[in-house]
Amino acid sequence: MSLKTEISFRLNGRAVSVTIPVTMKTLTMLREVLGMTGTKYACGEGECGACTIRLDGRTVNSCLMYAVDCDGRELVTIEGLKTENALHPMQQSFVDHGAIQCGFCMPGMIMQADYLAQNNPELSCEDLRRGLEGNVCRCTGYTKVLDAVTAVVEARR
Amino acid sequence: MNRKSSDTPIEKTTLIGKRVRKPDAPDKATGKTRYINDMVLPQMLIGKILHAGRPHAEIVSIDVSAAEKLPGVHCVLTGKDAEGLRFGFVRDNVALKNRVRCEHDEIAAVAAETEEIADRAMALITVEYRDLPGVFTPEDGREKDAPQIHDDFPDNKSLHFEFRHGDLAAAEAASEIIVDNVFRVHHVTHCCMGTSCAIADFDSNGKLTIWSQTQYPYNYKMDLAPALGMHPGDIRVMQPPVGGAFGSKLDVYPYEPIAALLAKKTGRPVKVMFSREEEFRSSPTRQPAVIHMRTGCTRNGTLTFRSADVLLDNGAYTSWGPTIPVVMMRTTTGHYRVPVVHFNAQAIYTNNPYAGSFRGYGNVQTTYATAQQMDMLAEQLDMDPIDFHLKNAQQSGETTPQQAFLRECALDECLRTAAQASDYSAKHRRYTLAREQQGRYKKGIGLASSIHNAGGAKIHKSDGCGTILKVDDYARVTVITGASEIGQGIDAVINLIVAEELGIPLEHVTIVNDDSDIAPWDVGVHASRTTFIAGNGARRAAVKARQQILNAAARMTEIAAQDLDLRGGFVVREDCGTKVIKLEKLLRRMHFQPEPELVMVTDYYEPNSEPEGADHRSDHSAAYSHAVHVAEITVDTHTGEIRVDRITSAQDVGRVINRMGLEGQIEGGIAIGLGYALSEEMQLEKGMLKNPCFRDYKVLTAPEMPELDLHFIESNCAEGPYGAKGASELPTIVIAPAIANAVYNATGIRFFNPPLTPEKVARAIWDRQQTETGPSADR
Ligand code: FES
Ligand code: FES
Repeated sequence: MSLKTEISFRLNGRAVSVTIPVTMKTLTMLREVLGMTGTKYACGEGECGACTIRLDGRTVNSCLMYAVDCDGRELVTIEGLKTENALHPMQQSFVDHGAIQCGFCMPGMIMQADYLAQNNPELSCEDLRRGLEGNVCRCTGYTKVLDAVTAVVEARR
Repeated sequence: MNRKSSDTPIEKTTLIGKRVRKPDAPDKATGKTRYINDMVLPQMLIGKILHAGRPHAEIVSIDVSAAEKLPGVHCVLTGKDAEGLRFGFVRDNVALKNRVRCEHDEIAAVAAETEEIADRAMALITVEYRDLPGVFTPEDGREKDAPQIHDDFPDNKSLHFEFRHGDLAAAEAASEIIVDNVFRVHHVTHCCMGTSCAIADFDSNGKLTIWSQTQYPYNYKMDLAPALGMHPGDIRVMQPPVGGAFGSKLDVYPYEPIAALLAKKTGRPVKVMFSREEEFRSSPTRQPAVIHMRTGCTRNGTLTFRSADVLLDNGAYTSWGPTIPVVMMRTTTGHYRVPVVHFNAQAIYTNNPYAGSFRGYGNVQTTYATAQQMDMLAEQLDMDPIDFHLKNAQQSGETTPQQAFLRECALDECLRTAAQASDYSAKHRRYTLAREQQGRYKKGIGLASSIHNAGGAKIHKSDGCGTILKVDDYARVTVITGASEIGQGIDAVINLIVAEELGIPLEHVTIVNDDSDIAPWDVGVHASRTTFIAGNGARRAAVKARQQILNAAARMTEIAAQDLDLRGGFVVREDCGTKVIKLEKLLRRMHFQPEPELVMVTDYYEPNSEPEGADHRSDHSAAYSHAVHVAEITVDTHTGEIRVDRITSAQDVGRVINRMGLEGQIEGGIAIGLGYALSEEMQLEKGMLKNPCFRDYKVLTAPEMPELDLHFIESNCAEGPYGAKGASELPTIVIAPAIANAVYNATGIRFFNPPLTPEKVARAIWDRQQTETGPSADR
């Protein structure tokens, strides 16, 4: 049995303390320890983006990151974007543009799209495409994803 | 209070062709959707599979005693626990094997309290193998002294298909031009983002509940039962949301009976879920093939014959892959007007991974050949390809040699629309001339088309779908349909159709289709059939409910039913839209009157198509459709990289139902086809997969997606719902040959073996330069 340790961090605005094996990845902690299954496993090797979350404002592949490194930090997952009464504008835009088919890639895709849109008010089409390169979607061909993000960026201008 | 607005008449509007959101999209966008991969049941154990990791071997001994003793392990199963429980298309598979026939063969399985314990248990299993010489190409498998893979399939022969129409020798003699090529199409795999997963649980009466990703729940029971020695009636199939399927869930694969065998043995629910590496190694592939195709025509550009000799790499077991000749044949005989056709296909067992069905199902492979040969013939004729295509394009009312009746055929219009929108002819001429000039970057334009079934495909005895529809006292509608939702959006289509017929908001329709104990029969999501078949079923059920409601309204109001309509949640007068009664009020009155009635209707829709049949001469689909793609590309002749700049697509969709969903299907279909054409390839070395990860198996990502120009041709199919035809496979089918034709236009080089990777393209360009300029040029 691997060594365990207790860590504390903020998850979607709430304080969390958990005891986890030191070898556990953040994705596994979210899904299996905290029951936050919105964040997806699709490769576990940092190659698909399905597990993308925000860590202190930046996006990371949670499958690559050890959970112990969350200690003292601020995490936001797909469950943390919406408010009580409304979807987050990026989520709403994905819904309205038909960007979601099976949806399995979408938690990661939306987290990454939101990060790009928030941090680059002048986001160009090329920047956007390159910014989403690490997020694999097998269903949509990305066209409607790009439309959805562009609409949010334009609405903010 | 606001009397005026409630008295406003309601105009007749339609939802058909509108942009409608998927009802499950908000939950998917917020991470709320509970996919099968997310599910945890009380007392659930984790199942893990030990794969052989070698392509062909005997098992000398297997020792699981140490694994069994590990605390937290509930059971370990091996080949002896599945002995005799044969399943599969030709009953050549078992869930756990006593002999190894391919790399991912399942040798043992563990159920343990945690994944970590299961993994440790696997490491404690010792197996002694005696490796056997293997067979890794169908050509080698045919050799006289080739190692035999299954004792009961002599000469490694799996399925065989043949179709002959007309006198081939005479047609060849009458042909002035013949093209003759061998195309080798490769192994690719579905790459569903949600990895394969099954959860099985037995109740104390011996009934199995299996949570599955299946896209064909009813035949699934029939196919799963023999792998467990059960009666199909004792299996309940639950279908939670899945992370993609694309044909990969159209059969039973060993991990599913393994989950059930583990559950049976332990008496606990057991979940088996693949890692991504397992997904690459152990889930089905697209069927690879060697296609020897010949097509002939006269000097004036009239097609005379087509023949195809196909050798299929069956892999180690027979799933749907080796049955693709049923569709390959349809394209060989039906892609343009070919009077004489010979088709022959033989599948040969090898020690490679085996193929299942994959969006496009055989047509991807065949069209890669037929559409390139059309391009080659046009060049030899010195004819604008578009003129050559138009000259041989079928028209409405024609019948193919296999008796497919093209009732509404829009090939002509698809060709003209795509060519015009892309300025195909002028660009094609210009780039052909530019090919000879200096310059690193070469532009190319390529056109390809194909035909596909678009009204189901009667490959089973039935191609039907059952629907149950109820309207409750609040005018909320529940549609219980056999049709599965796997991300493709049948939920939105059914919502739209029912809302259209009953004049209610889309949000007032709920679909139930995730439990085989509740939902009625359906063949499954395949053959581009669901909008057509389940859409017709939903429409027919809704029309029955509508009639019942209008009749009741007529009785209560003494206005004739035909003078009434349902709009905006009201019964209104058909002519002026004046409100007569609120729908939910009427429904309650119907319910609570002295002779109470509820609105509950059923429908079973079976399309008017004919079974495929052993002689392959039948009108096997209720509709057929065509698509034309024009690809515009730029080739970097130094690196061999192909950039796809633009795709123009014109597809006969019959009629647009949900425009947004349809666009999504076409865009996504093109993306999968582009991966097939350009980058995706399972690199197999002696049956062992060398690239089981997204880093080395390159699927398309956002930067590579070209600009798309989609044109929907509406041929108004008489049998389809509101005129619609099925649409989801053609975009995947047509794109690869359009790219190959464009690469030829840019470089003058033909590629017979996809994918057109930079390495392959650069090498071909370099090789040609050597032969053109090198000292050995005239050798
Ligand atoms: S699951 Fe983390 S990148 Fe794929
Ligand atoms: S929507 Fe299915 S993988 Fe992206």
